[in-house]
Amino acid sequence: MGFWDAITGRSKPKQANLDDLFQVPSAALTLQTAAGFTPTGDGSVCFRAATGAAFAQSQAEVVELLRSTPDAPQVDTSTDSFGFTWIQVHRPSDDTGGLVTDLHAVNTTLESAGFGPGLLCSLVPFADASGRKVGLVYLYKKGTFYPFAPTGPQSRDNLLELQIRETLENELPIEPELSGWMALWGAPGL
Amino acid sequence: MARSRFLPDRGLTARMTTVMFLLGLLLVVLVVGVGLAFRNPGIGLLVAVGGIGFAVYQWSQSDKIAMKAMRAREVSPQEAPELHGMIDRLCALADMPKPKVGIADTSVPNAFATGRSPDRAVVCVTTGILGLLTAEEMEGVLAHELSHVAHRDVLVMTVASSAGIAAGALTQGAQYGAFFGGGNRRDNNNNGLPVWLIVLVVSLVVYAVSFVLLRVLSRYRELAADRAGAYLTMRPDALGSALQKITGGINQIPQKDLRSVSAASALCIAPAISGQSLKTLTSTHPSLEQRLEQLAKIQTELGRPTS
Repeated sequence: MGFWDAITGRSKPKQANLDDLFQVPSAALTLQTAAGFTPTGDGSVCFRAATGAAFAQSQAEVVELLRSTPDAPQVDTSTDSFGFTWIQVHRPSDDTGGLVTDLHAVNTTLESAGFGPGLLCSLVPFADASGRKVGLVYLYKKGTFYPFAPTGPQSRDNLLELQIRETLENELPIEPELSGWMALWGAPGL
Repeated sequence: MARSRFLPDRGLTARMTTVMFLLGLLLVVLVVGVGLAFRNPGIGLLVAVGGIGFAVYQWSQSDKIAMKAMRAREVSPQEAPELHGMIDRLCALADMPKPKVGIADTSVPNAFATGRSPDRAVVCVTTGILGLLTAEEMEGVLAHELSHVAHRDVLVMTVASSAGIAAGALTQGAQYGAFFGGGNRRDNNNNGLPVWLIVLVVSLVVYAVSFVLLRVLSRYRELAADRAGAYLTMRPDALGSALQKITGGINQIPQKDLRSVSAASALCIAPAISGQSLKTLTSTHPSLEQRLEQLAKIQTELGRPTS
């Protein structure tokens, strides 16, 4: 938003950037070889559900679309304590490509219905042999990724997160502002 | 191409730009008026520089001034995790830097945003509003305040008030001038009227017009913040019910508490003073009906079926 638009109060809802999500499969390979973290096979999209019938209809369409594919994944829908909706997709852990295609289908369906500005982030969880979990979070509005490694209900492993950043720095656009590394406590799959 | 559910309000933008232009014109009127009265354009320019300078000073200090006036303190994510979590998510949705978060310990339900730029902004809520609203409604209020930050309302309102500030200072100065310089014939111009009297009249008129225009501008900016906030959360109804609760709550609070917060009133989500006379002309906020009407329109657009 330009300065003149700002001071005349003409801000528009920010549209989501969907394309960078397709960089996840190659980053998943790097994470596996360099840091020992493998995808759990889950993935989710977090968005704000708008009021009204139109959004409910779009959301139903999304779930129906995901379940209608030949190798249909398992799909769960939940709402978190901040009033954001999560659509979670479960696939075999070696099918990151299929997972990202599923997540992209959610995004494009919502966007084509005019709800693109409601997309917040998507999350692909990883786990290593010792059971540590880290989520790769994609921020739709900034088009950047960041790692989120919760260790308890309100604590996160910052060292591991920074280490993941080092590993993926050359593969993905990483969110440069650490204050933008939003905590997603209780996110599905983590 | 994806459809958009966003309806721009061009009428609101046009009215707002007009008022901002008129406020700029007012400063020019003051400068020319004073320059003519003294027959010295330098003094007129000095008045403009003084007014703008003081406004810019106020703007650069706005976060401290407003936090102090509301007796608010900054809170960390550990102290207020829910509040910080909400603001984190809203900022991620809006793609804006996260402001500092403050809490003011007062029972008046209110919220305000201040700070010189989006990078150095503070969003502050009162303990009263935290107790009054549900999480959804609170989020609507925070989205409204974040929109004030994104629209740089503190900058716009303080710079817009520079004509008023200069005129107010001149009014004071002119009273002293009239008192001390009244007998001094050298101050007279051709018409025989004392220079200070002309300055007093010009600055009083500018002050009065600027007062009304600033209130008009303030109301337009509130409507713009409501719009942007409703589109951000996609829940116009939550902001609507929050506004209903807040305005109802403010009217029930005793008068004594209200006067102590009047200084920061223009920055708040709902006016902290409920006056009756000349209400529509001089109020800093639009009427509840007007705000709910706008939110209802946005709600309709968001809920319109896709096909």
